[in-house]
Amino acid sequence: MKITLDADKCCAAGQCVLIAPEVFDQRDEDGVVVLLDAAPPAAQHDAVHEAAAICPAAVIEVHA
Amino acid sequence: MTGLPIAVVGASAAGLAAAETLRRSGWRGPLTLIGDEPHLPYDRPPLSKQLLHGAWAPEKLLLRTTDQLAPLDLDLRLGTRATGLDVATRTLTLDDGTELACAGVIIATGVAARTLPGADRIAGVHTLRTLDDALALRSRLAKGGAPGSEGVAAGGRGLRLVIVGNGVLGCEAAAVARELGHDVTLVGIEATPMAAAVGTEVGELLAEEHRARGVRLVTGAVAGFETAPADPADGGDPRVTAVRLAEGAAPSGGAPGGSGETAPGGGRLLPADLVLVAIGSRPAVEWLDDPALDTGDGLRCDAYCAAAPGIYAAGDVARWDHPVHGRPLRFEHRMNATEQGMAAARNLLAELAPSAPAGAEEAAPAQERRPFAPVPYFWSDQYAVKIQAYGLTAGADRVETTVVDRAERRVLALYGRDGSAVGVLIAGLPPRQVRALRAVVAAPLPWEEARERIAAATAPG
Repeated sequence: MKITLDADKCCAAGQCVLIAPEVFDQRDEDGVVVLLDAAPPAAQHDAVHEAAAICPAAVIEVHA
Repeated sequence: MTGLPIAVVGASAAGLAAAETLRRSGWRGPLTLIGDEPHLPYDRPPLSKQLLHGAWAPEKLLLRTTDQLAPLDLDLRLGTRATGLDVATRTLTLDDGTELACAGVIIATGVAARTLPGADRIAGVHTLRTLDDALALRSRLAKGGAPGSEGVAAGGRGLRLVIVGNGVLGCEAAAVARELGHDVTLVGIEATPMAAAVGTEVGELLAEEHRARGVRLVTGAVAGFETAPADPADGGDPRVTAVRLAEGAAPSGGAPGGSGETAPGGGRLLPADLVLVAIGSRPAVEWLDDPALDTGDGLRCDAYCAAAPGIYAAGDVARWDHPVHGRPLRFEHRMNATEQGMAAARNLLAELAPSAPAGAEEAAPAQERRPFAPVPYFWSDQYAVKIQAYGLTAGADRVETTVVDRAERRVLALYGRDGSAVGVLIAGLPPRQVRALRAVVAAPLPWEEARERIAAATAPG
């Protein structure tokens, strides 16, 4: 799995951090998403897919 | 039932989420996605923000590219409107005359912008709900000035924009138009902007921000429009010159008056080159005329998002029994569209699984249907202020607002109903604190307990 972000589109909802806190974080100043792990281990994959699906700004793209 | 499709009606965020979830959850049968707009599924929140501002091109709003949609193997019918549904036979009628018998249907037709009588026949009066709406308004804002004059960007004067409606959409558009240098008047029936969504205290803080940026706030009801004859170059419709208020309208909250003049028949006039009507929306349910469905205010659903056997709804159009709040709710929030689209899809598949329709044999083991019980979330961006809210903020009978820093617009507000805290709104606090506050209102909580948990979640360090 490889993750890419279009952080420019981020609306700082923080849902990704709630769902996959080992993969995503938010910048302190404006809440914009930060990618902690662009190629997370298999144990994280379900959570990452869920975060990508639920992101209200379609910021997260997951590549196989 | 062999080979019947699941049809998703509505190709915006909720409909797309439903379609993707159906595939991810194992639906291998035909899947039809029907959208009345000609565009691929796109995102709506940026319409009143980045798109209107001109910062983003329309392509940036696409939720999926053609390549990203391909694996879904959709029967994608854009520019097509559903005109009827027979609930008993799960048969859709489309505006091209097609009758489509379905294994199941997910209704995600959203809402349509409300407008004012006659507004659609006056040039310069706009609504803002669709991409085409936003592009039309953006085009006018970008030209600026009077017809034929140079645009704002080229140094021309700003337009006189009157925004009718001071809810979330009107406020966001006002912020963008001010940033573009236009002369903006925001008119609302409520004296306080966004009061219905966030209460009067937070609304008044937003009012301060708008006034500080030069937006004129006016309280009053709109009685109609003044127009000038059509410009031959501008089509056949008369052109708006002013918004006419009902008598008794006044500037709100001590803003300087005298900006309007009085119409011959009484009632104040607000001169306007351009008008945005942002007075809310109505659920797109008029096409659902089956008596088996309750379409009183949106499509009424149970806790599983089911409106009838095999018929589910999601997004702005759905009013469902929220199991935690114990009453039917309908949200026009972006997050809810996706979450409810996913939930409706999973529950429909769970319902269909025991009858093992063709195409589902290889599906993952059937899941139980689950009540849809999200923590509602919405956000709004105005100037540099970002408002975020969890839970229920509208319809509160108690609001406690803490202004952490007035100049920086740092605010925290707790919203209650029937003795319990049910919602929290945040502006200007660190993301970690914002996330922690979500748990406080995940379910109604005794008021004092909620206050204590908020204090703990926002304690320094």
